[in-house]
Amino acid sequence: MWLISSSVGRKLIMAITGACLVLFVTFHALMNGVAIFSPEGYNAVCAFLGANWYALLASAGLGALFIIHILYALWLTVQNRKARGNDRYCVVSKPPQVEWASQNMLVLGIVVVAFLVLHMIQFWAKMQLAEILGNHEPDPQNGMYFINIAFSQWFTPVVYIIGFVALWFHMTHGFWSMFQSAGWDNDTWLPRLKCISSWWTSIVVFLFIAEAVVFTVNAHNGNYDNCPVVNPGAAPCEAVICEGAGCTDGPCNGHCANAGEIVEVFN
Amino acid sequence: METTISVNLKIWRQRGPKEKGQFVNYHLDNVSTGSSFLEMLDMLNQQLVEKGEEPVVFDSDCREGICGMCSLYINGHPHGPVQGITTCQLHMRKFSDGDTITIEPWRSAAFPVIRDLMVDRNAFDKIQQAGGYVSFNCGGAPDANATPISKEIADVAMDSATCIGCGACVAACKNGSAMLFVSAKVSQFALLPQGKVEAARRARAMVRRMDELGFGNCTNTGACAAECPKNVPLSNIARLNREFLKAKFKD
Repeated sequence: MWLISSSVGRKLIMAITGACLVLFVTFHALMNGVAIFSPEGYNAVCAFLGANWYALLASAGLGALFIIHILYALWLTVQNRKARGNDRYCVVSKPPQVEWASQNMLVLGIVVVAFLVLHMIQFWAKMQLAEILGNHEPDPQNGMYFINIAFSQWFTPVVYIIGFVALWFHMTHGFWSMFQSAGWDNDTWLPRLKCISSWWTSIVVFLFIAEAVVFTVNAHNGNYDNCPVVNPGAAPCEAVICEGAGCTDGPCNGHCANAGEIVEVFN
Repeated sequence: METTISVNLKIWRQRGPKEKGQFVNYHLDNVSTGSSFLEMLDMLNQQLVEKGEEPVVFDSDCREGICGMCSLYINGHPHGPVQGITTCQLHMRKFSDGDTITIEPWRSAAFPVIRDLMVDRNAFDKIQQAGGYVSFNCGGAPDANATPISKEIADVAMDSATCIGCGACVAACKNGSAMLFVSAKVSQFALLPQGKVEAARRARAMVRRMDELGFGNCTNTGACAAECPKNVPLSNIARLNREFLKAKFKD
């Protein structure tokens, strides 16, 4: 099979799986954005992508893509190191045209996978996996609840942002590289693809980082604690006195028109 | 103004393919900045011979940048730190007095060291033999303009055909991949009507041979094109990918 036995075929596999993963990551970043603006909306997305047949099918496909991408990456790296030979250069100098990321794709990929392990433990294991196992306490479809727990821990944003930065480097090279591997030969479009690649990746990674920051700030300020969507078992809140017009006390709380007004915080 | 400089050389010495090599330091005075890099090595060898030592073995032939025979990995760059030229076109004015210059052979599993700085690049000939040609019957040569070819296509094909097969792309690539060489050879024919007839067979055969000979997989780092003494562009690799994939999907 030429997809396995030829170097160009192996690169095509990397390109196709990579393209699917880019689309997945983009979709994921947009979906998380919902959680910033609407906790209810985000939980609706979580319910939609729970243990339904279509979500399970898509998850299995996604898992397969990841595994193929990683296995091929390891295999290609082993072959490439062998092709390089046992004697290494004493002096190595990178020409300015060569991206740093392109020479460190495996390491960057490993960093992303390390982040992914924590991410899967914090979310997937408690949501889709729990639902498959029939574990309904706490509600596996309450994504906001798990965001609140995960981002209350100090290490979560640190690990996530390291993962996102690695993803930025990995994706800026991978994005245009997949077109090259798939045979889009064009001197006009190569620089354009590199430009699109940088923009696309930067927007996706910026969204992820912004989301992580918002979740961390909200979780640490206890803004989610009294929100009935996030925390169904929360004790009823007392009425609060507004400090200024238009103040909102956290994303789920009351909204008032005038300072000094007493608003009922829904609970 | 022509001046002279002194340089320290750190040169890889290896007596044979199976033997262990190591770096040996040399000091060379009175090197004219107007001399080429290879003339500087000739000077070193002259002194070594006079002292009764073994001269440093390195490849060279035309010394005008068209034969592809010279090699040398100089200070971390194939063909030296100046881009777009071969080692024989590199001049000593690019170095300063007292510089230490590290000279290594091409390092790739497919290019074993024969001795010192000379490597076996027969693998490239084998790839060429697999399909780097066009077949047609001999006879009266047709008129050069009988088959019209656009200026754009002719220019791109010419850019690909400037590859001299020196192996700098393999030497520069962290994966020891020969894709830039193979893609240039495939492109120069695939772009022209005379070469299109055998394009699919050529792409298949040359890629298969390249893989068999132990060259690595391309990861699009672009070091090959950056270090190529003939500035063969990276788009050739995309063209090879397309030619190969087209041939395979047709099968």
